[in-house]
Amino acid sequence: MAAITTKKIIPTHIGAPVDVTKSKYKMITENVNVYYGNFLAVKNISIKFPEKSVTALIGPSGCGKTTFLRCLNRMHDMTKSARVEGKVMIDDIDLYDKSIDPIYHRRKVGMVFQKPNPFPTMSIYDNVVAGVRLNGVRDKKILDEIVEDSLKMAYLWDEVKDDLRKPAIELSGGQQQRLCIARALAIQPEVLLMDEPASALDPIATQKIEETITELKKDYCIIIITHNMQQAVRVSDYTGFMYLGDLIEFNETKKLFTDPKNELTAKYVKGYFG
Amino acid sequence: MLKREFGKSRGRGPLSDKIFKIAATVAGAYVLAVILVMILQLGWESGPVWQKEGIEFIWGTDWNPVEGRESYGALPYIIGTLVTSAIAMIIAVPLSLGVAMFVLTAPKRIGEPMGYMVELIAAVPSVVFGLWGLFVFRFYFKDLIEQPLHNAFGDSIFLFSGNPFGLDILSAGIILAIMIIPTISAVSRETMLAVPQQQKEAAYMLGSTTWEMFRLAVFPYAKAGLIGASIMGLGRAVGETMAVTMIIGNATGLAAIPDSLFDAGQTMPSIIANEFIEASPASIHVSALIAVGLVLFLIAMAINVVAHFLVTRMLKIREGAVNN
Amino acid sequence: MSSTLLQNSRDKRAEYRAMFKANVKNRLLVDKIMIGIVITCTLLAIIPLLWILGTLVYGGVGALSWEFFTQEPGAVGSGVPPAIGPAIQGTLIIIGLSSLIGVPIGVMSGIYLAEFGGGWFSKQVRFFTDVFMEFPSIVLGVFAFLAIVLIIGHFSIWAGAFALSLIMFPIVARATEEALKMVPYSVREAGTALGLRKWIVTLRIIIPAAKKAILTGILLSISRISGETAPLIMTILGSSQFFGGFDSPMDALPLRIWRFSLQPYDEARLSGWGAALVLVLIILAIHIAVRCWFSRKNTDKGFISRILKQRSV
Repeated sequence: MAAITTKKIIPTHIGAPVDVTKSKYKMITENVNVYYGNFLAVKNISIKFPEKSVTALIGPSGCGKTTFLRCLNRMHDMTKSARVEGKVMIDDIDLYDKSIDPIYHRRKVGMVFQKPNPFPTMSIYDNVVAGVRLNGVRDKKILDEIVEDSLKMAYLWDEVKDDLRKPAIELSGGQQQRLCIARALAIQPEVLLMDEPASALDPIATQKIEETITELKKDYCIIIITHNMQQAVRVSDYTGFMYLGDLIEFNETKKLFTDPKNELTAKYVKGYFG
Repeated sequence: MLKREFGKSRGRGPLSDKIFKIAATVAGAYVLAVILVMILQLGWESGPVWQKEGIEFIWGTDWNPVEGRESYGALPYIIGTLVTSAIAMIIAVPLSLGVAMFVLTAPKRIGEPMGYMVELIAAVPSVVFGLWGLFVFRFYFKDLIEQPLHNAFGDSIFLFSGNPFGLDILSAGIILAIMIIPTISAVSRETMLAVPQQQKEAAYMLGSTTWEMFRLAVFPYAKAGLIGASIMGLGRAVGETMAVTMIIGNATGLAAIPDSLFDAGQTMPSIIANEFIEASPASIHVSALIAVGLVLFLIAMAINVVAHFLVTRMLKIREGAVNN
Repeated sequence: MSSTLLQNSRDKRAEYRAMFKANVKNRLLVDKIMIGIVITCTLLAIIPLLWILGTLVYGGVGALSWEFFTQEPGAVGSGVPPAIGPAIQGTLIIIGLSSLIGVPIGVMSGIYLAEFGGGWFSKQVRFFTDVFMEFPSIVLGVFAFLAIVLIIGHFSIWAGAFALSLIMFPIVARATEEALKMVPYSVREAGTALGLRKWIVTLRIIIPAAKKAILTGILLSISRISGETAPLIMTILGSSQFFGGFDSPMDALPLRIWRFSLQPYDEARLSGWGAALVLVLIILAIHIAVRCWFSRKNTDKGFISRILKQRSV
């Protein structure tokens, strides 16, 4: 392991996840390990994510943030060479438990990707309800309700409400990303995962996304990966710092940035490596 | 060696490269020249029959090579080609999609060998398919499928009204279907692989099953390419000669227009294969066959151009689908 | 956005979630049914192949013998299974001659597309080369008949070779283009930086680097034309004798198989299966050799399947 210092890196949290708050936890991971073939990409991560909050995951490129995030909604099922160990619990139900059916429970965790990826052959309306239709809802009244609800929560309703049948790819980048957020919200998830949601967007669109996140956290547990430390400070309540697959430190955002307990965290936060 | 080349190249100047470029361009233009010359020659040599029959050759149904009473019409063979190809497509397109989906989603250990075996079908020559169809398949097919269908529905459904003999347009259509499956499934597979991973992830994120992911993310995106793949198969079916010749029953003229699935027929390639050698050069029989070849050529080229256009367009769309 | 909106949503959300739970079982069932359908499709596609191969082995193995490979067919209806010596010889000769014509044109055409491509003209060339690959080969036979046989007045082996070369060269051109594209651009830059002329760089450096892939294309095109029957019907005609000069008719395996199928004798049928078995074994041998040999070098497998979309007519 090529480290910045020659001393061995000791994560501040090892073993059981630490309690950072008195309120309820929405999602708890225990001893999550992810293997790509023989390579261990994510090492023994245990975190408790509080409800109705934003948790940011930061760290240099390649440290395993995205790999870890994808465990949380069983995205690795798509990759044949990936193997996930450990537990991912939402409200005491382990997503990886063999006895439960993944289709229904995977829906509880919505995801927004780095580059907006609306379905290009569908309209705005159809994009938002794509997941809802999958779940068997056909009643137009209910679909209309959900569309309005989701687009409003994603701060997109006012811009598109006059022409919902427009093809989704005619929207701008920022609008498409908010559309993807609406699409994820439409399936009524309980947790929202976001993988660098604003990195492909211009500053104005980024600001809108951050506003959306700040509103949404009143209701959802949001876990967001970001490269931008200022964004983490602006938007998140808790932050986890990862390095080479390990979780080095996890704490309230203010405390982690102003008074990091681990030497490596301090170096990263000060910008000594990135 | 490099030292020698260095010295030589100084002396030759850019002329050698110019010659090289000309030679390469000529080689590239060869295909265009061949196509052009082909059209011209086919048109010219079929002249006599166009003069005699005029444009009505295309929808004429006579086929009389007897000297003094010669009369030719290509319609029965155009119909034969269309009908057998249609049968082949109805069967092959769904099967090929299924094969493509299987190879894409099955674990590699099973999917790869299966995909390979389907491709091997394309390696079996048409004449061997014809041999098998003529001496093996047709008996089983007649006894197990054609005869029962005729007995049960012969009176009610015109499709099954002919007396089944095993060498008919239905058998030819089915064997054609088997032969074009490798083409359609290979191109379909490439098309579906070209769907960006992010699209599939978006569908997966919404909690879809594998089939639903295909429905949501793959098929709509790949639609143009899948249609192109099918049309490519159609182009292949239209041009197939030997297997069809050996199985379709070799009817000519009016008799070649089928009234039911169990009737013998004739396609454009098969009439040429059957009669070209025997055609008397004193008559315009050969010219009639060449005219059939010209019609076949134009139809096949049109189909293949459309197919290629659709497929390459889809593979290009992948780059610029989601604008940002 | 007001917080009353969120409050409304909160209540609705539980409602919606309850709605969702209901149909999961159905969706999983549909998924399982589709798996079954897809497997059935694949089996339906493969079973004929296995059936044919089985029939060939079962029906043809009895005809195989040294005499079968080396003698002439002899008189029809003699009671002895007719041999395929001239057919095998003819197939080898026609493959050689077709390659003589088709390979150079194909390779040069591929060089044009890879090294001088990019403009409008080369786009047309590539497009029509692809389209030409799927032309009905019977029409190519008619064309060769008109272009050569009619002009010189008799059937000719060159006409057959020309017809088959028309099938070969697009495949070789495609393979060459793809092969040349696989050689990194830096090699060309290095050559030019050394002061070498472009034709030297291409012919002496790039082609040898890509020769394995080009050879693969050539072999695959050979396996394709060895099964072609239609273009040979009106060009080399077929014959019962060994090669007798470039201006007389000649036999070939596919032609001989067709002739056997038209003869109503049991021994002809046996020879037909035997000849078909020999032909398919040759073709499969080339295919499998190409797969093993080529795949081991960890190169693009899609390359082969793109060329393999073609079939013999």
